[in-house]
Amino acid sequence: MVVSVRTYDQVGEAANALSSDREAYFLAGGTLLMRGVNEGSRALSTLVRTTDSSLRQIQSSGSRIEIGAAATMSDILANRELSFLHPAARAVGGPAIRNMATAGGNLFARTPYGDLTTAFLVLDAMVNFAGGSQAQLPLGQFLAEREKQPRPLVAGISIERPTSAAAFRFLKVSRVKPERLSVMCMAALLPQSGGRVQGARVAYGAMAPTPIRMTAVEQALEGVTLDESGVQAAAAAANTGASPATDAIASEWYRREVAPVHLKRLLLGQGS
Amino acid sequence: MSKTPVQFRVNGQDRAVFAEDAENLLECLRRGVGDMSPKYGCGQGTCGACTVLIDGEPHLSCLTLAQGCGGRSIETTGGLADGPNLHPLQAAFMEHFAAQCGFCTTGMLMAAKALLDKNPNPTRDDVVEAIAGNICRCTGYEPIINAILEAASRGSNSVVGGAV
Repeated sequence: MVVSVRTYDQVGEAANALSSDREAYFLAGGTLLMRGVNEGSRALSTLVRTTDSSLRQIQSSGSRIEIGAAATMSDILANRELSFLHPAARAVGGPAIRNMATAGGNLFARTPYGDLTTAFLVLDAMVNFAGGSQAQLPLGQFLAEREKQPRPLVAGISIERPTSAAAFRFLKVSRVKPERLSVMCMAALLPQSGGRVQGARVAYGAMAPTPIRMTAVEQALEGVTLDESGVQAAAAAANTGASPATDAIASEWYRREVAPVHLKRLLLGQGS
Repeated sequence: MSKTPVQFRVNGQDRAVFAEDAENLLECLRRGVGDMSPKYGCGQGTCGACTVLIDGEPHLSCLTLAQGCGGRSIETTGGLADGPNLHPLQAAFMEHFAAQCGFCTTGMLMAAKALLDKNPNPTRDDVVEAIAGNICRCTGYEPIINAILEAASRGSNSVVGGAV
C-alpha cells in the first residue's frame, strides 16, 4: 500500500493537517509507525511530520519540566536535570532505538512497551497539545482516550520534578538483558514525612492495556514505613486493578504471580 | 506514487536520490544508492541487522524515513574498509570467528563502531550494552564481544592490511 508523507515546517501546520485527516498518523521517531509501513499495514495511508525543532526541546520551569514530544530517549539521557528519569529512558530498547524513540511516541506504545510513560504516570504528567483549543490533559485521562480520533498532535509532556531523587523509583522486569521487553515495569513516587509515606503514587506498565496508576497499592502505602512489615499491605494489593495479558513475553498468570515480589523489591529499594 | 529528492552523505560521498513515498532509509540505500551492506532482517526494530550511523549515532535504517535524512551523514559497513585494508573491527571479527551466517554482522559492526568512536576503551559491559539491540542467533555473542574488545585494544581508527 502506498503511504503518502506530508511534511510541514511548523508544528501548528502539522497539527492542523492531523486534525483534518482522520486517516493520518503523526510520524516522529518512526519506531512504532515505520513497522506498520514495512509490514504494509492497511491502516496507514498518510503520515504527517514536521521539521520544527521546537518539538524536541526540554525546558524546566520551577518545579516542572516540559519534555518536547520529539525528544528522544537519548535526549533525555543527555539531560542532567532529568537524571532521575534516566533508568526509565535507558530501559527502552537498545542504543539505536533510544536514538530514535521519542517521549511523545512512547505515550502511544502498546503494551508491553511504554516504560517511560509508566514513569511519567507517577510524576503528575500533563500532556500538552499543539494547535486546537484543548490545552492539556492529565496523562491518565489521555491514555484512556488515546485511540480516539481525530488524533491530537502531542506537543510535549509536563512532569513534576521529584522533591528528592530517592523518592522516585523505577524497576523493569525482563527475561533477557540488556535488550528487553517488559514482563512488567513499575514506577513509584514515595514522598516521606517523618519516616512515613505520604502521597504515594505507583504505576505499572505491561500489566494492563495501557500503563496504569495502582490506586489500591497507593492507598495501602499511605502512612507506612518502607520496611518489610510496612509494605505487606501494598504487596497484598499488588494485583488490584491490574489486568495483564498473556503474550510472548509472559503469561497473565506469571505476571500476577510475580507482581507482589517485584513491588516489594521496588518499595524496599532492592532493585529487580 | 510520489518521489522526493533527498541529498545526504553516504560514507563521505555526497549522494542525491529520489525517496519513494514512505520508503525507509534501508531500502533507499540499497535501491537508490546501491549500497547493499545494511541488511533487512525483521523490519520491526528488533534485530538490528539494518543498523547504520546517522551523524555518528546508531539508527535502525529500516525504521528511518528516507526523506527525513536530507543533509545527514550516513555511515554503513560498505564504507568501513579502505580498499583491501580492513577496518580493525572487520579484522577482529574475522580472527575471532565473530561471523557465522553473517546476516547480523553488518549491524554488529556499525553498533560497535558507534561505541568505539565515542569510547575507545570500553569495558565488557559497555560492549554488551552497545550491541544490546543487535540479535545474533549463531555465535552466542561471546566471539563478537571478544572481537570488539580486541579491536578496541588495537585502536579502532587504524586499518589492517590484506583483503579477506
